[in-house]
Amino acid sequence: MTRARPRGRRVGLPVPVLVLACVAIVFFALPLVGLLWRTPWADAWTYLADDDVLTALRLSLVCSLWATALSLVFGVPLAWLLARVEFAGRGIVRALCTLSMVLPPVVGGVALFAALGRRGLVGEYLDRWFGITLPFTTAGVVVAQTFVAMPFLVITVESALRQLDTRFDDASRTLGATRWYTFRRVTLPAIRPALVAGAVLSWARALGEFGATITFAGNFPGTTQTMPLAVYLSLETNTDEAIVLALVLITISFAVLIGLRDHWFGRPDRLQGTATA
Amino acid sequence: MTLTADIALTLGTLDLRVDIEVAPGELLALLGPNGAGKSTVLRCLAGLAPLREGSVVIDGEVVDDPAADVFVEPEHRQVGVVFQNYLLFDHMSVLENVAFGLRARRTPRADARRIAYDWLDRVGLAEYAGQRPRVLSGGQAQRAALARALATNPRLLLLDEPLAALDAGTRGAVRRDLRQHLATFDGMRVLVTHDPVDAYALADRVAILDAGRLVQVGTFAEVTAHPRSRYVADLVGVNLVSGVVADGALMTPGGATVVIADALPGPAFAVIRPTSITIDRHSPVGSSVRNTWPGVVADVDRLGDRVRVGIDGALPLTAEITVAALESLALRPGDNVVAAVKATDIECYPA
Repeated sequence: MTRARPRGRRVGLPVPVLVLACVAIVFFALPLVGLLWRTPWADAWTYLADDDVLTALRLSLVCSLWATALSLVFGVPLAWLLARVEFAGRGIVRALCTLSMVLPPVVGGVALFAALGRRGLVGEYLDRWFGITLPFTTAGVVVAQTFVAMPFLVITVESALRQLDTRFDDASRTLGATRWYTFRRVTLPAIRPALVAGAVLSWARALGEFGATITFAGNFPGTTQTMPLAVYLSLETNTDEAIVLALVLITISFAVLIGLRDHWFGRPDRLQGTATA
Repeated sequence: MTLTADIALTLGTLDLRVDIEVAPGELLALLGPNGAGKSTVLRCLAGLAPLREGSVVIDGEVVDDPAADVFVEPEHRQVGVVFQNYLLFDHMSVLENVAFGLRARRTPRADARRIAYDWLDRVGLAEYAGQRPRVLSGGQAQRAALARALATNPRLLLLDEPLAALDAGTRGAVRRDLRQHLATFDGMRVLVTHDPVDAYALADRVAILDAGRLVQVGTFAEVTAHPRSRYVADLVGVNLVSGVVADGALMTPGGATVVIADALPGPAFAVIRPTSITIDRHSPVGSSVRNTWPGVVADVDRLGDRVRVGIDGALPLTAEITVAALESLALRPGDNVVAAVKATDIECYPA
């Protein structure tokens, strides 16, 4: 007698793992469902059309995009340095540059204040010599967001660079390409999925940034009050408004994650090494 | 139009000291076992590994000389390289791969694409111009890599194991193709391979590299006629004995004496063909054989109707006998035997 073949999809799924994974999914889904359940759909549009809300939303988008751009401009070279150049104290430099990932953001904000505040280590001279003041300005928001967001890009890109076969760089050099041309035309395109992933991660981190921003840049509507700050503030006065604002933030982040995941993360042919054997 | 390279480099456990010269239009094969330092020599020539000592001179231009503080970056050497696994850039089309070197040298885009297309056409890949390299077969990828290297008009072409990535079934056809395409390039070529068939089929001269040292240079026929290393001897399938000749006999460092017909005194190699060796249970009595060496059978390998018998002793040897002889002697590993060879069957030449 032959036993019925188990269906393909059910083969090899250990039940305890499956159960725990489902608990994790519920854990992440439940708050979202709760939010949707509490949303005052009838008044939602009124809250959203509010000028303060639109200002906060615009400020959030502008600042987080600036922070992402700055993370790319400085983070990619930093990742390259950490991945490709062996120097004394590399481990310490890496720890230093990714410290803000594990630091409570408020602590990061205090540290930024000590360095770039008007009485700070460097901030005093920025103010005196160049007339640049960062705390409590929109630029300060960008600085605070970049500070906490860039490490996400750095570690993503560094890991991609480590996995990349350096012999592709060699091949490029022997074809007459300078180091800089090789970096632009061979190295960067080869790690494009990691660049996009890192940029999205740091953008999401910047968009959600709260602690460092409120500590370093304050909470001034129109200049430093980003969406997370607006959500927190309205929570004390109008819970319904806070929920609508929170939903807006979640929708934006969720849409970006889903859109990019299909395009960039999930395609195995883009992630594999490019050696043609 | 010559290449001279005097290479000294230490890399991990590899201590490399190599002196090579390539004439205009010549194809030199660097042949040797894995880990001998062959690919490192190519990296030195291409400028991907700087020398510690010595110099590399291409067409009279010194491109690396640590003593004179000269080092020309790889992008300025005009050296084309076909890498092992070909290393085509997978984020570009095949055409863009071939045009890459020209674009890097600031050739206008339209010109670069036209020249690249001509090269693809020449290697029979024009129809793949717009495709990604990952759709190419191994042999096609190799031709694309060759076109990419040659499109930059190099003075020197380096090929690192160009056939190693291919499966055995296609290797023969690809090798024939490669020979044909290599013949159209009249510059200097250096090929690295661990496969003697590649060296035999493609090279004008062969340089044998073993553990970072050149042990023999010459045409394939010259090198195999007079092996000077264990590697070449194994390749040809003969026993190589090195020692010092005095009074008509060669003394090995292991303490064995090999009587030879005629040879000049001094350090020498002796080649003993496995088919010249006879095996007996006891020393032959009243024989004309001048050489008899006692030993122990180490292993017995059947190859069709012939048998290779490894014999351990003061003079380790491999003998080749027939299956019938093996059966009548009933040889087994561990048996004591005597190997015998006529002095006139041994070829001896100065080291």
